[in-house]
Amino acid sequence: MAVFVATDVESAVQRLDDRPDSVVLAGGTDLMVEVNDGRLRPSPDADVVAVNRVAELRSWRHDSAAATVTIGAAVTYSEMLDEPLATLAPALAEAARTVGSPQIRNAGTLGGNLGTCSPAGDGLPVLAALDASVEIASVAGRRSVAVLDLMKGPKRTTLEPGDLIVSFTLPVVDGWQGYAKVGVRNAMVIAIASTCLVLDRQRQRVGLALGSVGPTVLRVPAAETKFAAALDWRTMTAERDAVQAFGDGAAQTAAPIDDHRSSAEYRRHAIGVLTRRLAARGLDTAGRAA
Amino acid sequence: MNVTLTINGTAHTYDLEPRTLLVQLIREHAGLTGTNIGCDTSSCGACSVHLDGEAVKSCTLLAVQADGADVTTIEGMASADGTMHPVQQAFMDEHGLQCGFCTPGMVMAASSLLAENPSPTDEDVRIGLEGNLCRCTGYHNIVKAVLTASGADQ
Ligand SMILES: Cc1cc2nc3c(=O)[nH]c(=O)nc-3n(C[C@H](O)[C@H](O)[C@H](O)COP(=O)(O)OP(=O)(O)OC[C@H]3O[C@@H](n4cnc5c(N)ncnc54)[C@H](O)[C@@H]3O)c2cc1C
Ligand code: FES
Ligand code: FES
Repeated sequence: MAVFVATDVESAVQRLDDRPDSVVLAGGTDLMVEVNDGRLRPSPDADVVAVNRVAELRSWRHDSAAATVTIGAAVTYSEMLDEPLATLAPALAEAARTVGSPQIRNAGTLGGNLGTCSPAGDGLPVLAALDASVEIASVAGRRSVAVLDLMKGPKRTTLEPGDLIVSFTLPVVDGWQGYAKVGVRNAMVIAIASTCLVLDRQRQRVGLALGSVGPTVLRVPAAETKFAAALDWRTMTAERDAVQAFGDGAAQTAAPIDDHRSSAEYRRHAIGVLTRRLAARGLDTAGRAA
Repeated sequence: MNVTLTINGTAHTYDLEPRTLLVQLIREHAGLTGTNIGCDTSSCGACSVHLDGEAVKSCTLLAVQADGADVTTIEGMASADGTMHPVQQAFMDEHGLQCGFCTPGMVMAASSLLAENPSPTDEDVRIGLEGNLCRCTGYHNIVKAVLTASGADQ
C-alpha cells in the first residue's frame, strides 16, 4: 500500500487513474475503521489517495446571486456547525450536530458520508431533501450530478473507479429546513430513522427525505406535492389534517427492514412521528416569521 | 515516506511505512505511550489527541495525513515545570479515574471541550465526552472533574 497526499484535484484524479485499485481517504472514520478491522485490505499495489489537504475540497463558498452554497467534499462536520455556514445550510448543521462524537465530527466529512452511502448517513437526507448536486472530477473532466441519482443502495453509488467527489451545491432556501433522527441511545447513535424537511417558500416546494428506512435515502414525491398544495405559503400555515396526512404518506413510503437496531414496524412509526414533528416545527417557526 | 510534524512543541521528522497510523507514530516512533489504543476502530476514544488544536481519534488517521500538523498528546498537557494541566489536576482531585486506561483520552477530549465551551453544564460535559468510553468509573467522577476544571479555568 502506498499513500499519496494530494494537494489539488488534478493530481488526485491523475493518481486515481494511474492506479485503478486506489481508494480515496478523507477523515478515515469509515474507511480506516474497516481497514483496522481487517474488513478491507487495500491491495499491495493500490494507492490510498488522501484528500484532506486539497484546498478546493477543504473549503466552501456562498454564491449570493445564485442563492447557493457549495461545500467541499472534505469539509468536516465541525466546520458545518461554524457560522456563517450553519445559517446558510441549517438542516445540514442540525444533522452534523448529531454525527458521532466531537472527535468524529472533527474528522468526518460529507464526501465520506456519500462515499460510504449508508442509508443511515446523517448528511444524506439533507442533501436529498434540498435536491443538492454533487460535482465529480475524473481524468475525463468534471461533471455535476444530482445527489439522489448517485445513491443506489447500501454502500452503493454510481461513482466509477477514478471518480473524486469535489463538492456539493445546495440552494440557500427562503423558508424553513430541519433534520431529526431517532437512535437507540443518546451517545454516538446511528440513526434508526431520520427525516429532513425543506419548506421552500419562494418555489412553493416541499422536500422530504427519509434515512434508515430503505436501501438508500428515499424521497416522498406524492406526499410532498400533496402537502405543498395544502400549505398556505403566504402565512405558512396548514390544517392539522394536512400535517397528519403528510406524516402518514411518509410512513407509507418508508421501506424499512428489521435489524439488530430496530424493527421495521417501529421505524415506519418513527418516520410518521418525525415528519409530523418537523412539519409542526417548520410551520411554527416560518409562520411566526411570515 | 517522510512525515514532519510538531508533537508537544517539538518538531520531528520520521521515515515511515505509508500505512503507519498516527497513533503508531506517537507510541512507537515518538515513544509517547500515554496515548492508548483501546479498540482501533474509532469507538473508545482512548487514542484521542489534539491535531491542530482539535480533538481527533489517532487510530483512524494515517500519520502522513498529519504531515505539517501540530499534535498535542497527554504528555504535552502539563507545564514544563511539572505543574499539571487543570483538567489533569481535577481528574486527580475528583477521583476521575480508576484503572486510568481511558484517562489520557478523556483529558484530551475534556480539554478540547473546555476550550470550546469554558463553562459547560453537566449535560454539555456528557455530550462532549460521548466519544470516550470508561469501563471503570461509571462517568460520574469524570463529569465532576471536568466541571471542577471549568471552574479552575475561569
Ligand atoms: C464512532 C463513530 C460514530 C459515527 N457516527 C455517525 C453518525 O452518527 N452519523 C453518520 O452519518 N455517520 C457516522 N459515522 C460514520 C462516518 O463518520 C461518516 O460516514 C463520515 O461522514 C465519513 O467521512 P470520512 O471523511 O471519515 O470518510 P472516509 O472514511 O475517509 O471515507 C469513507 C468512504 O468514502 C470514500 N470517499 C471519501 N471522500 C471521498 C471523495 N472526496 N471522493 C470519493 N470518495 C470519497 C472513501 O473512499 C470511503 O469509501 C460514525 C463513525 C464512527 C467511527
Ligand atoms: S483506539 Fe482509537 S478510538 Fe479506540
Ligand atoms: S478508569 Fe478504567 S477505563 Fe476509565
